[in-house]
Amino acid sequence: MKLRSLTLTWSLALTLAAVLVPFYWLVIAATHSSQEIFRTPPPLLPGGHLLDNLNSLQEKAGFGRVVLNSLGIATVYTLVAGTVCTLAGYGFAKFRFRGREPLFGLLMLGLVIPAQVTLVPLFRLMAELRWLDTYQAVLLPNLALPFGIFLMRQSMAALPDELLDSGRVDGCGELRLFLRVALPPMRPALAALAIFLFLFQWNEFIWPLIVLRDDSSLTIPVALASLQGVDDTDYGAILAGTAIAALPMAALFLALQRHFVSGLLAGAVKE
Amino acid sequence: MTRRTMPYLFVLPAVLLFAAFKLYPILASFRLSLYKQSGGVETFAGLDNYARLLDDSLFWTALGNSAVILAVQVPLMLALATGLAVAFNSRLLKARSVFRLGFFLPMITGLVAYGIVFSVLLNQQYGLVNWLLGSDIPWLTDPLLAKVSLGLALTWHYTGYNAVILLARLQTVPTELYDAAAVDGAGAWRAFRHVTLPGLRPALLLTTVLSTIGTLQLFDEPYVLTGGGPDNATLTIGMYLYQNAFKYFDFGYASAIAYALALLIGALGLLQFKVLGGKS
Repeated sequence: MKLRSLTLTWSLALTLAAVLVPFYWLVIAATHSSQEIFRTPPPLLPGGHLLDNLNSLQEKAGFGRVVLNSLGIATVYTLVAGTVCTLAGYGFAKFRFRGREPLFGLLMLGLVIPAQVTLVPLFRLMAELRWLDTYQAVLLPNLALPFGIFLMRQSMAALPDELLDSGRVDGCGELRLFLRVALPPMRPALAALAIFLFLFQWNEFIWPLIVLRDDSSLTIPVALASLQGVDDTDYGAILAGTAIAALPMAALFLALQRHFVSGLLAGAVKE
Repeated sequence: MTRRTMPYLFVLPAVLLFAAFKLYPILASFRLSLYKQSGGVETFAGLDNYARLLDDSLFWTALGNSAVILAVQVPLMLALATGLAVAFNSRLLKARSVFRLGFFLPMITGLVAYGIVFSVLLNQQYGLVNWLLGSDIPWLTDPLLAKVSLGLALTWHYTGYNAVILLARLQTVPTELYDAAAVDGAGAWRAFRHVTLPGLRPALLLTTVLSTIGTLQLFDEPYVLTGGGPDNATLTIGMYLYQNAFKYFDFGYASAIAYALALLIGALGLLQFKVLGGKS
């Protein structure tokens, strides 16, 4: 038993080490110049070019602005989409009303309809509204995120109806009831939703790629991809930018993971 | 505010936003797919765009590429994820939460970020992978190997995530069932086949459907990792749609591709529900 336990743990640890190699290598590469990265043997320990790489990123892509764009967009998105999804989740879980089932079914259609189907009309809509290169164009289309609504409905369903009914008997208004009675116990689910929404928007690529044109309005993934295309690509700079895109999110996730995985999956696979 | 209208106010923002930015484009896309653009003029073209699909060898190449990933990468990844989930759930494993988190970490990484990292790691001349293997393998420039590389990147990214979904389900399988199997003299393999797998069924269905949708929509990874090359070996339907819409500005044809894709996803989803859903 003991031996089998050790074998299992160690073989899984080796696999995990292999899986994490790209993260280690990303940190190392971010501190080297392009020439050093493409040297044989490749660098395996940190180098001294991190600041040069960051300077080069700033020069070539105005990366400070790009990071602020990404932070701003993801933050606003998390707050607004979080509100929209939570309100809808509560409405669908805690009220019976005409059209509830078909409306919810309609929203869930969004889970299976490929995003690509909507790209062209959405692009034309944004062009007609003259919203290309604006933040509302990036934000609006995904505010009613079907997965977020699904997640919140599942979580809200666990809230006892008696709690809400006793509030109603005491003459508490519906909005106050939602804010004061329903939301407080939902904190873990809300945290999971917030992390999910922030990560989703932070990493979102194709839609911002389509609506954002001006260099000063780009988000991190779009800016990185545009840097990669050019001749004489500066990989030191790109990988430093990639590290900025990936590592803070990994840290955020590790700090808040207690809520995330359980909250995200609590309702996902129950029938 | 009456009792009757209250619930609608809660769901209204979501429904309105959905109608404007999802439902409207879905319908508009269908209308577009029936039109042709030339010189800024739109003319009704009936099903011409769909007919053109049938004769478009690049479309079939893209479809074939997606089918290969679906047939090879998805089953391998889900088998791996099942193995991981069983290991995560095993009482024999030490430090279980560390493993669960560690394997989930790739999922946090944005598609562009990991695409860039993999493209450098797999560089034929200077990449870390070839250096470690002491080899000279053209990971991204050989048509077959480019597909393999794309599959590796996808597996790296999504396996841990699928394992966690499967684990969540596995934890609901009553341990008494395993005890009963042990009493009946079932070994580890038979317990897996007769207790674990049936218990996992709903979660396997979910991960299969999600992976199918994801694979058919694949865009970011080939865009960054291989640019669809070499020689269109990693061109996906998602990429082909993007090229037609935003490189050639042929919106009508792009919309026809989008609808073909949506139909395909719908059909495969239904099929998977039939095969895997069954009795649960």
